Amino acid sequence: MTLLEVRDLHVDFHTRDGVVKAVNGVSYSVEPGETLAVLGESGSGKSVTAQAVMGILDMPPGRIPKGEILFHGRDLLTMSAEERRKIRGARMAMIFQDALSALNPVLTVGYQLGEMFRVHQGASRKEAKAKAVELMERVRIPAARARVGDFPHQFSGGMRQRIMIAMALALEPDLIIADEPTTALDVTVQAQVMELLADLQREFNMGLILITHDLGVVADVADKIAVMYAGRIVETAGVKELYRSPAHPYTKGLLDSIPRLDQKGKELYAIQGLPPNMAKVPGGCAFHPRCPAARDVCRTELPPLAAVGDGRGSACHFWKETLGE
Amino acid sequence: MGRYVARRLLQMIPVFIGSTLLIFCMMYALPGDPVKALWGEQSSDPAQIAALKHHLGLDQPLWWQYWHYLTGLFHGDFGTQIASQRPVADVIAQAFPVTIRLTLFAFVFTVVAGILLGLAAGLRAEKALDRLVLVFTLLLISIPSFVLGFLFQYVFAFQLGWVTPTVQDSESFSQLMLPAVVLAALSLAYVTRLTRTSVAENLRADYIRTAVAKGLPRRRVVGVHLLRNSLIPVVTFLGTDIGSLMAGAVVTEGIFNVPGIGNAVFQALTRREGSTVVGIVTLIVLVYLAASLLVDLLYAVLDPRIRYA
Repeated sequence: MTLLEVRDLHVDFHTRDGVVKAVNGVSYSVEPGETLAVLGESGSGKSVTAQAVMGILDMPPGRIPKGEILFHGRDLLTMSAEERRKIRGARMAMIFQDALSALNPVLTVGYQLGEMFRVHQGASRKEAKAKAVELMERVRIPAARARVGDFPHQFSGGMRQRIMIAMALALEPDLIIADEPTTALDVTVQAQVMELLADLQREFNMGLILITHDLGVVADVADKIAVMYAGRIVETAGVKELYRSPAHPYTKGLLDSIPRLDQKGKELYAIQGLPPNMAKVPGGCAFHPRCPAARDVCRTELPPLAAVGDGRGSACHFWKETLGE
Repeated sequence: MGRYVARRLLQMIPVFIGSTLLIFCMMYALPGDPVKALWGEQSSDPAQIAALKHHLGLDQPLWWQYWHYLTGLFHGDFGTQIASQRPVADVIAQAFPVTIRLTLFAFVFTVVAGILLGLAAGLRAEKALDRLVLVFTLLLISIPSFVLGFLFQYVFAFQLGWVTPTVQDSESFSQLMLPAVVLAALSLAYVTRLTRTSVAENLRADYIRTAVAKGLPRRRVVGVHLLRNSLIPVVTFLGTDIGSLMAGAVVTEGIFNVPGIGNAVFQALTRREGSTVVGIVTLIVLVYLAASLLVDLLYAVLDPRIRYA
């Protein structure tokens, strides 16, 4: 059975300036042991979708008017709050971007790790502490036993992110959502953390949703990719196919803006314009004001996510041309 | 840590000397004369007054009087009241426990009610309950405590007859309740607002989102993760608040006739009894200093990011 299946998910935010449609009909799925990378600029709705899956959206102002989130075949959105709480942290867990602000500054890391066992498994304080040490060792934190009583600010950025990972792994969940897990880290530490995450994923056969805007990270670890723009998925494909031949001008633009050694000295490509204001998304295809291939039909008609062969999809009227180029 | 405490204790010495000197000068500058006041409106013999003044050392220059007072203090002599001939130390020893009881009562009320109200409002920021609490605290802040005192007396003692209008027995908690609530009113409003703001702000913090994502029950998210962080600024305020509660007792004790130091200092002021006023005010200053030191130390327990050097 599919581990997680999001179907036609919509998320609105009701603000003073009106309704902001942050997510407009997103569908994706993850199998056990599979890594789905969700790619997009800030404000594309990638994090909001993940928060809706975790059930940590602020509601209000957030609202889910439509959609299904099937986890092991059961719709999370129709469950009671208590049922969902028991799944959160235990069966699906989330890793946040900035571990320093995501960890509680006044509680020791041992307490925060141990809390998972105390709340979900009813472990005693002592058992919880022992398990916290075990977890810290598993994510390769040196001198775990001595550091279990330290506070988050006493660790380096990379070590803190390892603690976040340890917390997510604590109860060996089936699904992990990592929201830009390496963005706040140094490049060398980024690689170590990603490697650790990939190792642990393999060990426990977990599904992983990796939310990122870092194309380099995606190429290394992901199995398939969903590219989001203005609250919709504009392209979905396997990693190799997507990198080899993108079927949407936006994806193509993203790939072309990666600096490459063989292009040294030439001007770096950049997608023109800015991501849209989500309160005023352009009509038709939301990407048309920035698209080099835009024509009249793009301004008026919203392209559906069309099948582009072998499990691929592209929401572009002219995907054939884009692929053929 | 030890060095920090030692330094803070040493800092109390100049504060102590400064505050006593300041109050001493103020008492000296006030019009009126404690010796003449003994005779009231009656005519008196100038020679007799001069003799008594000389006996009390009131004819000496200010610096001499101050020096005499300070050296007396180091021998444990707080001076003697002129009218009653009682040692000031006795007056303080009798009145201080009453005020401590009243202040502690008010303090506990401030802490419990203030934090609960603030938490309730902060968790529902911008909702009806929050607005209600906002208006309520605004009211408490804007009504002077003597108005509130008389109002409470009128309603609870004269109209409803629940309590006696003044305190007959300063050991009785039920009698101290009304003055304690009046005394606490202003601090309660501040603590409520401070807690409310802090809770509403921390509620949006990333670590709260993490706590929710961990699948913790709401009780635990609020009680452990939110409250621990939100109380840090509140504790700082509470430390300085103990001192202002004691100072506020002057008015409250007057209204409810509580025989505490507030009452004693008020009577001493009207009779221009310098040594009594200086003694009591200095004591309040010391309590204030000790409380703020205690709070600064507690601060490090609440927030591990704070280190003392």
